[in-house]
Amino acid sequence: MGRYVIRRLLQMVPVFVGATFLIFVMVYALGDPVAALSGDRAPDPATAAQIRRELHLDQPLWQQYLHYMGQIFTGNFGTTFDGQQVLDKMGTAFPVTLRLTAVAVVAEIVVGVTLGVLGGLRRGRLLDSGVLVLTLIVVSVPTFVSGYVLQYLLGVKWAWVSPAVALGAPLDELLLPGCVLALVSLAYVTRLTRTSIAENARADYVRTAVAKGLPRRRIVVRHLLRNSLIPVVTFIGADIGTLMGGAVVTERIFNVHGVGYELYQGIVRQNSPTVVGFVTVLVIVFLLANLIVDLLYAVLDPRIRYA
Amino acid sequence: MTAEGTRQEDGSGGGVLLDVRELKVEFRTRDGVAHAVNGVNYRVSAGETLAVLGESGSGKSVTAQAVLGILDTPPGHVTGGEILFHGRDLLRMGAEERRRIRGTRLAMIFQDALSALNPVLSVGTQLGEMFEVHRGMSRKEARGCAAELMDRVRIPAARSRVGDYPHQFSGGMRQRIMIAMALALGPDLIIADEPTTALDVTVQAQVMDLLAELRREYAMGLVLITHDLGVVADVADRIAVMYAGRIVETAPVHDLYRAPAHPYTRGLLDSIPRLDQKGRELYAIKGLPPSLTAIPPGCPFHPRCPKAQDVCRTDRPPLYDVAPGRASACHFWEETISERGDRR
Ligand SMILES: Nc1ncnc2c1ncn2[C@@H]1O[C@H](COP(=O)(O)OP(=O)(O)O)[C@@H](O)[C@H]1O
Ligand code: SF4
Ligand SMILES: [Mg+2]
Repeated sequence: MGRYVIRRLLQMVPVFVGATFLIFVMVYALGDPVAALSGDRAPDPATAAQIRRELHLDQPLWQQYLHYMGQIFTGNFGTTFDGQQVLDKMGTAFPVTLRLTAVAVVAEIVVGVTLGVLGGLRRGRLLDSGVLVLTLIVVSVPTFVSGYVLQYLLGVKWAWVSPAVALGAPLDELLLPGCVLALVSLAYVTRLTRTSIAENARADYVRTAVAKGLPRRRIVVRHLLRNSLIPVVTFIGADIGTLMGGAVVTERIFNVHGVGYELYQGIVRQNSPTVVGFVTVLVIVFLLANLIVDLLYAVLDPRIRYA
Repeated sequence: MTAEGTRQEDGSGGGVLLDVRELKVEFRTRDGVAHAVNGVNYRVSAGETLAVLGESGSGKSVTAQAVLGILDTPPGHVTGGEILFHGRDLLRMGAEERRRIRGTRLAMIFQDALSALNPVLSVGTQLGEMFEVHRGMSRKEARGCAAELMDRVRIPAARSRVGDYPHQFSGGMRQRIMIAMALALGPDLIIADEPTTALDVTVQAQVMDLLAELRREYAMGLVLITHDLGVVADVADRIAVMYAGRIVETAPVHDLYRAPAHPYTRGLLDSIPRLDQKGRELYAIKGLPPSLTAIPPGCPFHPRCPKAQDVCRTDRPPLYDVAPGRASACHFWEETISERGDRR
């Protein structure tokens, strides 16, 4: 197991380098930071050259990249062009997005898994068909539409919740945004759970459990669920990375000042250090989430052993 | 054996454990109704081994599933008959009472232990839960019983392997665990559905011997489902031959081997490879088993039967009493049984 983890971590290095270099190149090749920095006025050439030197922008791209990565590994994510520490921005943005993601994951588990289990156990009945249709609708409506509609209905029209999230992003105000963020994944979790339950319900080992005279409750909980939820758990694990990076739309709708919000601002304002810094951290989160999912898989399914 | 045979004749119970009467099961699928079981009758007495023999698809497993109450419903439905266990009809029992009989007094061994065991629970857990659920034992006590059982079915180093998972055992060892699970609470009757078919030839005999030995030791009744006449001779007391969802012949095992009373049985016997006929081409019953959605009228075997006459195409033969404890569903059983000597 230990050796497997080390091997996986080593395998992450090229993926990490590839992904971050790509984003680095795109951000620095597509925009002109000096122009962005100076606003509408064109800077005089001497000042521009000096800024370039200070920001190492006069060096070849790969040297800039190495320089930048070197800094990151000493914990220095650089300074934005307007003088803020990127690390400080992360310090405020990531906890907010983490909380938002947590709400979304809890929603996926509580609502998605429950509906999926009920549907899978009552295949073809009214509840099952209803849930299936509902998930289909949810999947086919884009998040910004469902987000704005729910914001309008629940936040404005009926005023059950606050339509926008205050700066500190308190947990109760994140309920609606969290659910909106979870919506598509939630529909997927529902379907995955349902299919998995329905498939496993026909499995021979379930029939064995019945033949052993076990009560239905025990058969469902100990035998059926334990097996059926393996793919669901691993999906949700992998989804955490996606949710964190994918919160851009939701965070904009509800004015949540999290990672997505900062990334959006960074791109609009061509604030390269912010964009590259945040994306780098997201890449790391993504890679680690995937590793954890694989390890979790081995814990849940004894047939899988990593060596 | 003969004594037991006569005791059954009065039908009053006595030693009769399981009495399946005119059982009918159908599967309602999109392609039509498959008549998998069409009036099966068989009896098993305490301590007796009944072999149920027949080609694949003849309804052996479905009959067993109906007895245990583990039919896939839907599409499967019991549409008629009775299943008397200790004289009481299982089909009229409440679900809860029936559940309590399963595993405690009536147990089943499945063909493929790898898929029949839960892949993510240790064998100790799976064996132990029998004691937890039915005997109210603590998890720790149950674990101890599980280890004892594994020792009982001669799994080497049983005590150190209770925590292992099914995939960590060999096929033969897994089937021993299945056997242990069926034996756990000392049932009166075990139904073993092709318990050795999925195993390597080299371990088939070992597992079958173990099963036969434990059956004797626990003095249980055994229904041994198989499509292999070879394994039956040493183990079974009586044989019931199934064809297209019916019993076509039942007889004490040696009588049946000596002189089958049904052309289908004869065909099955003739298709066993025999040492004294080495080199001869192996006989095979011509044709295929009928589709269960369209079973031929008259005798269901007539399209494949070398003896078929006109009457066979129109009249379905009832189960004729051939001798005490023997029956055959063939209009011409007398001729068939008296044919001896060279089998083709
Ligand atoms: N789950 C099922 N769904 C539909 N049909 C089934 C099912 N199980 C069995 N059958 C039907 O019953 C027939 C007999 O099956 P089975 O009892 O398993 O035969 P065998 O004698 O080989 O054990 C099959 O050929 C099939 O047509
Ligand atoms: S009844 Fe006729 S067709 Fe059927 S087995 Fe006997 S001889 Fe053959
Ligand atoms: Mg079968």
